[in-house]
Amino acid sequence: MKVQVPIAICFIAGMIMLVKFFIPHYWSDRLEEELLNWARIVGAFALVLGISSLLRTHVEKIRRRRRDYGYSFVTLLAFIIACVLGIGWGLDPPSPFDWIFTYVFAPLDATMFSLLAFFVASAAYRTFRARTPEATIMLLTALFVMLGRVPVGDMLAPHGLFVAWAAALGFCIVWAVYPWLRHHTGQAAPYVGLLIIVAPVMVAFSLYLAQSASETTEWLMSVPTIAGKRGIILGVALGSIATSLRIILGIERAHLGGGGGS
Amino acid sequence: MEPGEAVATGMYYLSGPVIGTGVAVLLTLAIYSFLYADNPVYKFAEHLFVGVSAAYGVAITYHMAVLPLIIDPLFRPQNTPSGQPQYWVIIPALLGLMMFSRFFRRYDWMSRWPIAFMMGIGAGLAIPATVQTSLLPHLYSTMQPLAPMAEGRLDLLTGIDNLLLLVGVVCVLIYFYFSLEHKGVFGVASRVGIWFLMIAFGAGFGNTVMARISLLIGRVQFLRFDVPEIFFPPSP
Amino acid sequence: MEDTGTRSFVERLLQLDRRWIFLGIALAVVVPFLVPGFKMRSGVVSPRTQSIYDTINGLPAQSVVMFAFDYGPASIPEMQPMAVALCKHAMSRDLRVIGVAIHPQGPLLGGQALREAAEEYGKQDGVDYVNLGYKPGGAAAIKGIGTNIYKVFPTDLSGRNSATLAVMQGVRTYDNIDFIVALSSTPAPFSWIAFAHEAYGAKMGVGVTAVMATDFYPYLQTDQIVGLINGLKGAAEYEDLIRHPSYGMLGMSAQSVAHLWIILTVIIGNIAFFMWRARTRG
Repeated sequence: MKVQVPIAICFIAGMIMLVKFFIPHYWSDRLEEELLNWARIVGAFALVLGISSLLRTHVEKIRRRRRDYGYSFVTLLAFIIACVLGIGWGLDPPSPFDWIFTYVFAPLDATMFSLLAFFVASAAYRTFRARTPEATIMLLTALFVMLGRVPVGDMLAPHGLFVAWAAALGFCIVWAVYPWLRHHTGQAAPYVGLLIIVAPVMVAFSLYLAQSASETTEWLMSVPTIAGKRGIILGVALGSIATSLRIILGIERAHLGGGGGS
Repeated sequence: MEPGEAVATGMYYLSGPVIGTGVAVLLTLAIYSFLYADNPVYKFAEHLFVGVSAAYGVAITYHMAVLPLIIDPLFRPQNTPSGQPQYWVIIPALLGLMMFSRFFRRYDWMSRWPIAFMMGIGAGLAIPATVQTSLLPHLYSTMQPLAPMAEGRLDLLTGIDNLLLLVGVVCVLIYFYFSLEHKGVFGVASRVGIWFLMIAFGAGFGNTVMARISLLIGRVQFLRFDVPEIFFPPSP
Repeated sequence: MEDTGTRSFVERLLQLDRRWIFLGIALAVVVPFLVPGFKMRSGVVSPRTQSIYDTINGLPAQSVVMFAFDYGPASIPEMQPMAVALCKHAMSRDLRVIGVAIHPQGPLLGGQALREAAEEYGKQDGVDYVNLGYKPGGAAAIKGIGTNIYKVFPTDLSGRNSATLAVMQGVRTYDNIDFIVALSSTPAPFSWIAFAHEAYGAKMGVGVTAVMATDFYPYLQTDQIVGLINGLKGAAEYEDLIRHPSYGMLGMSAQSVAHLWIILTVIIGNIAFFMWRARTRG
């Protein structure tokens, strides 16, 4: 009862959705429409559930007089006042809740997240190091994208950014291949040879393209970035199909972990 | 009272937007005080945020889900598309309420029913959607002509881009394929895959920096443009 | 890197109190706003932004566009200028605008954007535009619109019966919606692509925060979305296209200076790091 019923519910709900996809018919459409409505209703409770667990931790904090428990009163009081105003007078302006949203919630949320600007600047300064060829090409790509995504990029580098990026890539490739070459041939000559071949070819080709900073960024995001991201997308897609199947068939039960008994 | 008159008598400064903007400025500065060091003012603002944010969730759920999706179909059918009462919404409403059994140890097994329902719907929707959205179109679009023709001429640059894309995707997939040891040609390909990933992460990081800076710009614009406009309205 | 009392300049540079870095980035953002006359425009308009503009521009009057406001106040600086610019563009072209959200914090911000544009073009709530508000369930809400939008949104944000509104006349499923732009700071547009575009063939564009942008580029190449507005820069480009400079364009000079500043600090950090490493190894 405690495990079999949920597995059955999961299987039936999942199969109805799947079958509907393969057999689009008036009745399967109606059934799907109804089940989706149910999902929206249950989903609403899920949101409130998350909120209530959050509030419980604050009530708990006050009850046990934990450190800084006084601030939990602020949270609870703010919650109660805003809840009463929001449920009682609606959300549409002009309403008291809209005032709270515009002048309390929005500035707090926006400012809180804008702290990330400071932290990302600090992280970039402290940890972004060109230690290996791979890290270097990542760093340089990031810097070039930062330059190419703002208007100043095109002013500073109307033509040269792609050349610079290609040259940097050539350098990093040589840097990466050099130890391998030296290991296999035991001499430094191939290093020089490689540099002579790779770098000028890339620079010449990029000069031929002569792309501006914004065009370079667009290309970086449209070709190599898509290739990298697409590898991940395809992997995630296969993984998510497999996991979904396991959930419907009741093999994957981690989500039923809550609750004792068997 | 006309707006100009309100400004002249000072009543303007007791209006909702002006007081609100004052509150917003104080809260903004309270959060930024954290950059110097953690302090009670910041903690107050942070806890206020959590409370209001939770209340927002409750209020929006009440107005946008509980009222139109549960109360209206049961008690105010004139507001629904069909105009008829729909009693079966009691089933999902009960399922939803069962989620709260988590808070009572004896009955918390009941919370598995709605979770199982949501997981089933989600998984059932996800399988065809993933195949349609993330799998097939991306496989097709990776296999583009390597010598494309444009207006009767060979479009070499597009061909190079398409080749890079194909090589990149294959190499990244090889990098993520762990069932075979990454040695020899396979090893080189997986190494090339890492490079494509690094370029993608680099582009992602550049954009992330951009996004974070934009957030700060937004707050500075609020203090620089919006606040003076509200506090010092043009005199009539 | 132990503190031996007399630290070299390089070591002090590497162990800099992060508050100096905070101050640096704060100045890089604030100062451009204080220098009078220091204004950059949007820069080159990306072809991705241009194609969203062109799509909306190509719609005949009274066509229906749907904007999904799936972002919260945390991303106001990036998303709101974009939303306002899109609403202004659609209303200036006499299109009917429907606002929806599957992110709970979106509807009030979407409402602000719609009202701001409506005031400028004298448009009427319920007649020329409507804010249908938020629905939970994510994919379940998006998919539901494909069979019957009134089942998902029986009422609008202010509680009016949405089927009775003039703006909704003739709108029932995605077949009656000419263009959708999913504006988001979350992965929500993936759901829109899957359940509106792939499942029902809706034509879509996406506007996202710069953090999310690279995730959506692959979907441009597959033509699943016609265009992409990327962060504050994208918003600035759109403002430039509709000739309505606002917060997006105003932010570009600060954005430029801040980027140059970060690039400079990364270079300094690396030089200091390699100098320190060369010294400690040598």
